[in-house]
Amino acid sequence: MLPFSFEWVWDMGHLLFHGGLWFALNVIGIGVTYCVVKAVYDTMKGNSTNHH
Amino acid sequence: MDSALIPQGVNRCPLWKFALGIAIVGAVLMWGVYAMMLVWIKGLNQTNMNDAYGFALWIWADLSVIALGGGAFFTGFLRYVIGINDLKNIINYAVIIGFICYSSAQLILGLDVGQPLRGWFIFWHANVHSMLTEVAFCLTAYFGVLCVEYVPLLLENRQLDRVPFFHNLSHNLHEIMAVFAATGAFLSFFHQGSLGGVSGVLFARPFGFREGVFVWPWTFFLYTWSAAACGPCFTILITKITEKVTKKKLVKDNVIQILAKIAGWMLATYMVAKIIDTIYWATVTAPSKGFDLMTFYSNNPLYGIWILILELVVCGIVPAAILITPKWRGNPRGLTLAMILAVIGVCLNRWVMILQVLAIPVLPFENWALYMPSWQEIATTILPVCYGIILIMISYRYLPVFPQEKELNPIAG
Amino acid sequence: MKQTQGNNGNKKFGMVINLDLCTGCGSCMVACMAENNVPFKEDETDKLDSITWMRVYKLKNGKSWPNADICYLPRPCMHCGGHGDHGHSPCVSVCPAVATDYSMATGIVSQIYTRCFGCRYCMAACPYHVRYFNWWDPVWPEGMERFLNPDVSVRMRGVVEKCSFCFHRYQLAMNKAFLEGRRVLEEDEYQSACTQACPAGAITFGDLNNPEHAVHQLVQPDPKHAGRPRNPKAFRLLERLETNPKVYYVSSRKWVRQSGDNYLKKEKQKI
Repeated sequence: MLPFSFEWVWDMGHLLFHGGLWFALNVIGIGVTYCVVKAVYDTMKGNSTNHH
Repeated sequence: MDSALIPQGVNRCPLWKFALGIAIVGAVLMWGVYAMMLVWIKGLNQTNMNDAYGFALWIWADLSVIALGGGAFFTGFLRYVIGINDLKNIINYAVIIGFICYSSAQLILGLDVGQPLRGWFIFWHANVHSMLTEVAFCLTAYFGVLCVEYVPLLLENRQLDRVPFFHNLSHNLHEIMAVFAATGAFLSFFHQGSLGGVSGVLFARPFGFREGVFVWPWTFFLYTWSAAACGPCFTILITKITEKVTKKKLVKDNVIQILAKIAGWMLATYMVAKIIDTIYWATVTAPSKGFDLMTFYSNNPLYGIWILILELVVCGIVPAAILITPKWRGNPRGLTLAMILAVIGVCLNRWVMILQVLAIPVLPFENWALYMPSWQEIATTILPVCYGIILIMISYRYLPVFPQEKELNPIAG
Repeated sequence: MKQTQGNNGNKKFGMVINLDLCTGCGSCMVACMAENNVPFKEDETDKLDSITWMRVYKLKNGKSWPNADICYLPRPCMHCGGHGDHGHSPCVSVCPAVATDYSMATGIVSQIYTRCFGCRYCMAACPYHVRYFNWWDPVWPEGMERFLNPDVSVRMRGVVEKCSFCFHRYQLAMNKAFLEGRRVLEEDEYQSACTQACPAGAITFGDLNNPEHAVHQLVQPDPKHAGRPRNPKAFRLLERLETNPKVYYVSSRKWVRQSGDNYLKKEKQKI
């Protein structure tokens, strides 16, 4: 999973697999973080968003 | 008593009735939990699996629920990425069903491995060439996406929504839902496919093995395709069952018809691909390994050629034909029949691609191996069904799952 | 060195079993169980969940007297080299946690018990049924623990195990050779337990890459075809699947040789 484990090989298979995986994980992570941070910010400012 | 939690403007059954329902399903669930504890404490000797049947009922259940849960990613993809707006009226339910299916799959996987405490090895010591590794990664990541998609619905509960932070969080998550839906579709494409690859790459098991492109056998694409076709069918089927149980119309017909039509065309195109794949496998791939087609379907008491006909014709071509014909699709009975057949078809395909693969002897001097699950396996397979029913009951009661419910069921006065 | 020509010094340990000599006595099975601390059940009636790294099959030609014939076929792990002998054996490529690995240095397919988490995908992948799951924790009859082989770890419940070609014997022999300043083993320094136990001398073990070794001479593996035997009396199980096993069988009887693979109806008619 990480380059620290001894099975890790810097070959195309690993790069493609982990590249795709970490890309997806980052999108999810950044997306959620953005929503949480923005919600904290909105709440502090006292904004009340209209619902969808 | 719990009226403060129930969404405004909708009717729900009395609390005692609800509690009774939960208690009845809960009792069956506890039976499953007991079996689960037996398996975890005493080990897999509680099952009827053996060295010929390393994969059995659980893996079938796993593959089936993931295919059926495919309604979540595909409906999400259609709603948020393609932009079919009407589907917003069923997407919540698709997400809940997907969430149940995927959490069930993870529970079953946790039971199925011999050393559950070492489950993290699959992530830490990942062999990127194994289909199971890809399944584990994408399935877990996609389950995360489903949680992200479920959370805003949870936060829309009447009381939670009053908390400003939750209200804002739910709003923000909705705003960028397309990003999550697209990521979910990407992850689903790979793990649905990899589940197909599980048997497709077994080059020493001629019944399961398929050629393919690059590292992916044809079953990779067939599984993704069939999940996208049959997942929405399962979503519609469960919606119809929910409408029967609640005695209410919850989703307008035009929404159901759009989803059914798309599922129908997915199923029809899938069937074309599946039939081509079957013909090529039966006439080229398997014979090259020394197997006539009928050797896979004879000399045993269960697996006859009927299973292939049932999968391809009765549960494949028939529902596809119903769903792509507007007149038949528009008929409620026709629609329900097609949904049931499509769901059976995809489950049957998963059964065949796992259990029949193992049943067929490859060494010429071995015999067919047949298997009956133990009660512990059956109970632990029913467990997620009960858990799903309970989660649906709670979600339906306390969350605004169906946006059209109020309009379709106005409360007098 | 002669034996390293074209192989980068890599060994390819393999086995040749002469089915005309095998009497089906089962000594190889017993020796294997004792050598490798293979656990057993109190009641071994159900063979589908008992562990036999080495298993002797009974083959019949299906004819009636006086033409009836039988053959016993001992079946250890085939240590498949996979397509083109690149080490992609059916089981190794599917293990999600790298708990089984192919050694290019020895050609042996290893099983790391402490790494295996028991998903059993390898068992589904192996057409020879050489892989066994520990459905129970091993229980030894009282006092027997003292007679376990200290060179082989016992396995816990919930992991897969299989024949290792007695790899611990290779390690011991290599240690001894290093201490004596040698890098190369003599043929008889590394032999599997089943080979040594066979009273009929039906099993031969050695380096298939080494032309001086008996196994090489017996089957004459064809390096251009991933080791397919050139000896017409020799065959490998399920050759058509291209698993490239390192266990070869020799028999002078045609029906025995044909029992090792699957044939289409029309092919059978030609035969």
